[in-house]
Amino acid sequence: MARIDLDHIRHSYLPNPASPGDYALKEVNLTFEDGGAYALLGSSGCGKTTLLNIISGLLTPSEGELLFDGKSVTELSTEARNIAQVFQFPVVYDTMSVYDNLAFPLRNRGVPAAEVDQKVHEILRIIDLESKAKRKAQGLTADEKQKISLGRGLVRSDTNAILFDEPLTVIDPHMKWVLRSQLKHLHKQFGFTMVYVTHDQTEALTFADKVVVMYGGEVVQIGTPDELFRKPQHTFVGYFIGSPGMNVLPCEVDGSMARIGEHSVPLVCGLNPKKVARKTEVGIRPEFVKLGAAGEGLPLKVNAVEDIGRCRILRGEMEGVALNAIVGEGLSIPENPTALFDPAQTNLYADSWLVSEGA
Amino acid sequence: MEKTVNNKAWFMVLPVLVLVAFTAVIPLMTVVNYAFQDSFGNNQFFWAGIEWFQELLSSERFHDALGRNLIFSFTILAIEIPLGIGIALCMPKKGWGVPVCLVLMALPLLVPWNVVGTIWQVFGRVDIGLLGYFLNSLGINYNYTQDPVAAWATVIVMDVWHWTSLVVLLCYAGLVSIPEAYYQAARIDGASRWAVFRYIQLPKMHSVLLIGVLLRFMDSFMIYTEPFVVTGGGPGNSTTFLSIDLVKMAIGQFDLGPAAAMSLVYFLIILLFSWVFYTIMNNVGTEKKHYAGEE
Amino acid sequence: MLELRGVSKTVGGMDHIRDVSLRLESGSLNVLLGPTLSGKTTLMRLMAGLDTSTAGQVLANGQDMTGVSVRKRDVAMVYQQFINYPTLTVYENIASPLRVAGVKGADVDKQVRKAADLMKLTPYLDRTPLNLSGGQQQRTAIARALVKGAHLVLMDEPLANLDYKLREELRDELPKIFSESGAVFVYATTEPTEALLLGGRTATLHEGQVSQFGDTIDVYRNPQDIITAQTFSDPPLNLLGLTKSGGEFRTSNGTVIPASEEEKRLPDGHYKAGFRPHHLYLNRPGEDAVCLPAVVDVSEITGSESFIHLTCLNHRWVALEHGIHNVGVDAMIDVYVDARNFMIFDDEGRTVASLMKASHIAETA
Repeated sequence: MARIDLDHIRHSYLPNPASPGDYALKEVNLTFEDGGAYALLGSSGCGKTTLLNIISGLLTPSEGELLFDGKSVTELSTEARNIAQVFQFPVVYDTMSVYDNLAFPLRNRGVPAAEVDQKVHEILRIIDLESKAKRKAQGLTADEKQKISLGRGLVRSDTNAILFDEPLTVIDPHMKWVLRSQLKHLHKQFGFTMVYVTHDQTEALTFADKVVVMYGGEVVQIGTPDELFRKPQHTFVGYFIGSPGMNVLPCEVDGSMARIGEHSVPLVCGLNPKKVARKTEVGIRPEFVKLGAAGEGLPLKVNAVEDIGRCRILRGEMEGVALNAIVGEGLSIPENPTALFDPAQTNLYADSWLVSEGA
Repeated sequence: MEKTVNNKAWFMVLPVLVLVAFTAVIPLMTVVNYAFQDSFGNNQFFWAGIEWFQELLSSERFHDALGRNLIFSFTILAIEIPLGIGIALCMPKKGWGVPVCLVLMALPLLVPWNVVGTIWQVFGRVDIGLLGYFLNSLGINYNYTQDPVAAWATVIVMDVWHWTSLVVLLCYAGLVSIPEAYYQAARIDGASRWAVFRYIQLPKMHSVLLIGVLLRFMDSFMIYTEPFVVTGGGPGNSTTFLSIDLVKMAIGQFDLGPAAAMSLVYFLIILLFSWVFYTIMNNVGTEKKHYAGEE
Repeated sequence: MLELRGVSKTVGGMDHIRDVSLRLESGSLNVLLGPTLSGKTTLMRLMAGLDTSTAGQVLANGQDMTGVSVRKRDVAMVYQQFINYPTLTVYENIASPLRVAGVKGADVDKQVRKAADLMKLTPYLDRTPLNLSGGQQQRTAIARALVKGAHLVLMDEPLANLDYKLREELRDELPKIFSESGAVFVYATTEPTEALLLGGRTATLHEGQVSQFGDTIDVYRNPQDIITAQTFSDPPLNLLGLTKSGGEFRTSNGTVIPASEEEKRLPDGHYKAGFRPHHLYLNRPGEDAVCLPAVVDVSEITGSESFIHLTCLNHRWVALEHGIHNVGVDAMIDVYVDARNFMIFDDEGRTVASLMKASHIAETA
């Protein structure tokens, strides 16, 4: 187990990168604390897999240094870094039994047979595959294979970190719940440093203590799920996290009020008069848009209401801009609804970045 | 898998059925017919029962030819399969080297059998052949027309030169289908080069290797043209394989009955060995895939 | 309209599809919902005519299509993998079904541009598929299905290989585009949430059988049996074993749960109650709620909601709560259930009581 530092890491797949656009990974400075659970979240091509491969040693960064517990490992080979990785598609050694699959990393490192046996049995119990120890890995289901992949990392006592590259892609929804909770439990039990790459916000948010949101090769925000939800630093984070994403409405700022067309909404913090912003927007989550009767709030044109079981999504527009609201189960939608914004949850964005207090 | 019922389909496959009937079924039946009769030319036939078979199975000539054939087949399998795997492992996976290697590998396969024989026949000659001349000038007494060992060596090297490419290409196809993640996982697990081969590459090549072994066995067991062109079965009978012997008997001596009986036995031996190979290789290392549709 | 009458498919003695009868209307969106290997793809192949059923009939607009080859049927299909002609440009990819159908010059151009515009592909018409992102590749495949103007459009988990946010976008557009075309639109997915977001009608599949078919939200709220309820629940359905005697249910720890008027009519015996994770509460939701003891396995927090995995009376449950509830592992807590949210299943898994949850919810509003 180790703390992982990424110090001024940059990477380009081109031999002689010239402009910033040539970098798949723009400058990244990050610290993954020892024993923490982290998620790298972003859409495809955002640089999250590049970053993961740099940590695992499958890629050497063009610039910068990677440190495990303060020691540089930038030049070390994958084997020497003592990391474990679970891939998108299950990687198991088909011809070996489940037991031998788990014993493989230990035997490769010359661990005595008795110790291998004891360790493998312990892990078999933990990943709940004891009954299938003697089975060939080939015929197992996708979720069992992923557990073996994970088990090969857990079985080693010298593992610095466990890396996950979209490990639940091929797993059925019902099994995802089970695997996720087992994974979380394992993390609590073993205290490994874990880094989890995904494009799925639910997976990232539920797995990680801290989520690193990436976009276009850059880190946009690092925060707890709560921070990412309530205070997205950038409108992209607001859009990317949450389903549907945050409503973003162009506005003009007038002291502590934001004017959207002819209407005003109160803000918690206003614009810093010293800073000039070209574009100002109000951001509010659909979860925090309350519906009022006519005259109570801002006029809202309803386009559609989708019933998704435990809540309904109202898709509407205000001043020609899309505005979604989530209506909880048991709440009714008034005849001609208006939108009420919770001031505490209404964020102001200047040039797409969050305006925070004292800024 | 079942398809739409369509009687027109029968018309489509009819030409093939007719072709197969004429090229395989009818000749085979003719051979069966001959094998149980004796003929004296001018279309006179007498029932011979299993006489030819008895004679054949107790004939030393047949035993020798069969023995030579088996030694030959197992020798070339023992060389070509490991060599083919080895070359396939060394071939590049991407870049400009791929097409170059593939073309190089395919070259020997494009040469017709009798031409291969002629090439080696000339190549190995002591007087004008590069190989023969070179070996003799090194002081190695090499002459495939007189020395059985030299004749055998020539025939084996020739077959290896001709057919290893096939094994290489088959193995290569298996190797490139392995996802990169497997190699990455193996590096993370600290696997040695041997372990990567044994647990990742070999299992993935398993099914193509099965085809490779079968094809090479059947082909080498039926080998005729190349040794015939190079050595003509000699010196003595040292490179007279079953097929060469068979042709001598059927065409040279016009013993249709014994030759037909030998053909049948020959056919059954190949069938038997192919089945044994298939069964063994299919059961080694893999369980039957019960979970069809998975993956 | 497409109708399946008692369709079965047996391969090597194994039932892949068992006695499926469905009636899919023109211009309707039909979701096939079920886990991997439940038979979604097989059923679609039967609808398309790629496979022949072992028993039963497939009718299109009242005409028996059993045995008619795929090429004579009016079908378009989109797969999970992005399948396009790699050497053709996006334009030619979209135009390909028209070329096959022998549509003439200007008409081709008009239709291709219209489809490209709908699928937001206009800027990429000159590129080849491999120079596109995954989302754009799938849009090309969908545009090709669209331009074909087929009577039956089959989509087999079309968004499974796409990023989360791209999925959201396409999921929004697809039903609209195809309902306008008047085709029978069939969409297979493993995700209950996706079915709910798509709306339309849903058939839940389990081991080759359709367990229920109806309006999506209705199947979700009023499943006829425990299989349907479980298939259509994400997070998984919570189950509680109950024993009924007289006018009340008892849990295994003796907690009494009063039965409703409808439930009182049920014979005494063992039952199972099913309820969804958002109906398992950490705080007492109302007077009628029943308190049960639970041990927390793990808590997951998404920022807006928390999933608390817990064990209660030997059942593994998930509670979905709004806001942040970070309950420690192995903590002993009280959880609450409201019998009004229960679906009651008998020994054979049939729903024997379920109080039209929607109506009760609307009343409390």
